[in-house]
Amino acid sequence: MTCSVVTANRLDDGAVVYLAPEGRWTGCLDAALVARDDATEPLMAMAERAVADRLVVTPYLIAVEDGPKGRLASHIKERIRATGPTVRLDLGKQAGQTGSTEARYVSL
Amino acid sequence: MPLVKDDALIQDNWTRLDDDAAMIDGPVVVSLERWLNERDVLASRNGALGVVLTSHETPEQIAGDLDRFSLVCLEFPKFTDGRAYSHARKLRERFGFKGELRAVGNVLRDQFLFMQRCGFDAFEVAEGTALEDWLRATTEISVAYQSAADRRATAMAQRQDACSTS
Amino acid sequence: MYRYDEFDHTLVAERVTQFRDQVRRRVAGELTEDEFKPLRLMNGLYLQLHAYMLRVAVPYGVLSAHQMRRLAHIARVYDKGYGHFTTRQNIQYNWPRLEEVPDLLEELAEVEMHAIQTSGNCIRNVTADQFAGVAADEIDDPRVYAEIIRQWSTLHPEFSFLPRKFKIAITGAPNDRAAVKVHDIGLRMVRNEADEPGFEVIVGGGQGRTPMIGHVVRGFLPVPDLLTYLDAVLRVYNQLGRRDNLCKARIKILVHETGVDEFTRLVEEEFAAMSRESPQVLPGGELARIRAYFQPPAYRDLREAAPTLDLALATDRAFAQWHAASVSAHKQPGYAIVTISLKPIGGIPGDASAEEMEAVADLAERFSFSEIRVTHEQNLVLPDVAKENLHAVWQGLKAAGLATPNVGLVTDIIACPGLDYCNLANARSIPIAQEISERFADLDRQHDIGELKVKISGCINACGHHHVGHIGILGVDKKGIEHYQITLGGDATETAALGDIVGPAFSGEKVTDAVDTIVAVYLEQRRDGERFLETYRRVGLAPFKEKLYASR
Ligand code: HEM
Ligand code: SF4
Repeated sequence: MTCSVVTANRLDDGAVVYLAPEGRWTGCLDAALVARDDATEPLMAMAERAVADRLVVTPYLIAVEDGPKGRLASHIKERIRATGPTVRLDLGKQAGQTGSTEARYVSL
Repeated sequence: MPLVKDDALIQDNWTRLDDDAAMIDGPVVVSLERWLNERDVLASRNGALGVVLTSHETPEQIAGDLDRFSLVCLEFPKFTDGRAYSHARKLRERFGFKGELRAVGNVLRDQFLFMQRCGFDAFEVAEGTALEDWLRATTEISVAYQSAADRRATAMAQRQDACSTS
Repeated sequence: MYRYDEFDHTLVAERVTQFRDQVRRRVAGELTEDEFKPLRLMNGLYLQLHAYMLRVAVPYGVLSAHQMRRLAHIARVYDKGYGHFTTRQNIQYNWPRLEEVPDLLEELAEVEMHAIQTSGNCIRNVTADQFAGVAADEIDDPRVYAEIIRQWSTLHPEFSFLPRKFKIAITGAPNDRAAVKVHDIGLRMVRNEADEPGFEVIVGGGQGRTPMIGHVVRGFLPVPDLLTYLDAVLRVYNQLGRRDNLCKARIKILVHETGVDEFTRLVEEEFAAMSRESPQVLPGGELARIRAYFQPPAYRDLREAAPTLDLALATDRAFAQWHAASVSAHKQPGYAIVTISLKPIGGIPGDASAEEMEAVADLAERFSFSEIRVTHEQNLVLPDVAKENLHAVWQGLKAAGLATPNVGLVTDIIACPGLDYCNLANARSIPIAQEISERFADLDRQHDIGELKVKISGCINACGHHHVGHIGILGVDKKGIEHYQITLGGDATETAALGDIVGPAFSGEKVTDAVDTIVAVYLEQRRDGERFLETYRRVGLAPFKEKLYASR
């Protein structure tokens, strides 16, 4: 079974957001509305309404997996979008959380 | 569709004739292909004649016939296809076309000034277009750094004038 | 440096107002994203992974201390306290809000800066040799012509919707520090038999998916014809460049598919016609007006030798190491050019915090006639430092954490933003740069290795110039996992060459080891005094390949 979530960037500040229940948008992947298998059409329809309302731009579907450490986007690009630049842990959504700041390549 | 011409919003009194449509009286605009195929019929007809070139058709293809046309339309299939800017300048500056040069297709006010500078003097705009917005667009930028078909005095020329008179 | 007159001020101010209105219309729903995107791009505004990104032009790399302070202020107020200097003499801000961008642009306009045409399919910010006007090896000052090109290209009515972006670079010196052979148009100043200055015009170079070295289409173009000739090249390109396939839309593909001779003929024909119809002959008066802005500053009458410098060099090893890497010859006796590395060990190449920008502005005011340059290698330059002040400059840089003595060495790495910021990336660039930098942190080792240019791009667009890196590293996506392809032997200078691919790509964890191996092979193979590139050109790919893939 594949799980998908709709993501987009917010029009006013470009921040990464995910479609949440009742047509809300959230910055937190865990709070996103998940479509099972290919039941994605209603989600995209909701997202297109938000485009028309000028809340977000260029919505698209991403694959996610629920694991022991919470929900994770399947592709590395989406993982970086979900947290922030891996080289500036003080910036983006991850800001304020603790983490290693070592300048080392760590595969994601 | 309405036209912006001479700072006014006017109705278009030209008829765009499809390639297979029967000939009618009055001012008509035909495609380049129809012009090339039926030039004798079209040239001997009464009534003003216009031609429309899409962006891959070049002014060279009508350069010898320009005195037949009182209107040339250059089409922007998408506003990001900028070939017609070069074509317009060539029609005006190289081939000396003096008739109406009309921008048709995806014509938006954000490109109005560029089009005007390249020699367009008529613009086919969407229904419901507000004239004031369009006119504002032509005055948004008052400085011209490069010479073009509108022969506006460039900043460089004005600087030289200022130097030689002061 | 150049100062805006009323025309320049008016244009930039009007452009800000125009853009403010475009943003307003977007927010009000009068423009769709599809309509707005090309408009915002033409003002340097991208939408990246985490936020908007604004690219601000530093035309031909020249900045005043005052402007640098404003860049710092903008970083603080509109961004998150830093900016990223790029290989195209721009600075990028990674976190502005859409509705604040017009205010930001207004603040830039106050200090005679803008973001006009830093993106979009138009003529981009013109780039130049960062040592323009001060280099010892210069024929003529390219800044004069770069400023003329800046103005000519700004809101060009005919060439704002080209098939693809268009980049022009200019150098006034035979030693090419502006990579003119890998630009859409490269201009190199030359003299003809009558000793008049003019340009060698090189067209059709570029990096990206299909890297190519440009071709000379005109051996000598007299100065007055510059703009008419550029118009002719652009017109040929605008009409004939491919618009059916984004990957084949650059002028290099047109030159390649048309053939250099035929392309040259088309340009010369257009040039002849335009010279009759709409010549833009550069008036001597305008040249003189602009040249006057680039008069040398009030240099003191110094001797070439600076005893205090010699003493400091002899007694302070750290200073001597920095001096060896960072200081270049100046045409004025007693003066020197200082390159400031924005590549601290383990840092993010090209990033500078607001505080660092201010520290550089301070030093420029105190020691370099308030002038700063931005280099295409993502470093900064103080162009006019008296030799006797070099030690003080170094101390100032050290206090600001900007004295990394690695210019031109293995840790002076160019890296694009990559997947940490960029929407188009396959893989991250910055963490790779950081790890290589830490691996080679030892200074003695770096100096022993000598000149070695490592350049990293996160995808084939090649913003990090990997094709022309001595060691080039390209991020590729292998089944969703970051991998890196390595090329050797690229060169961006007057002996330009594209790198050769060594073999299958390496996973992220293996890249630094691979670079280490490459360096080891070089050290083993090198003959007396040979630079990496020279050794590579002599021995070729084989010995490197053998070691790199030995255990596979
Ligand atoms: C982060 C957002 C960026 C995006 C979306 C972007 C996009 C692109 C694209 C699509 C190309 C390929 C053009 C082509 O081959 O037709 C390209 C090339 C290039 N970009 Fe970027 N770029 C970005 C950042 C940068 C940065 C940070 C630099 C400087 C460090 C830069 C400098 C260049 C250079 C030098 C080239 C290759 C030269 C050429 O155009 O042939 N870009 N970029
Ligand atoms: S090379 Fe690719 S990843 Fe790097 S900045 Fe350019 S487009 Fe982005």
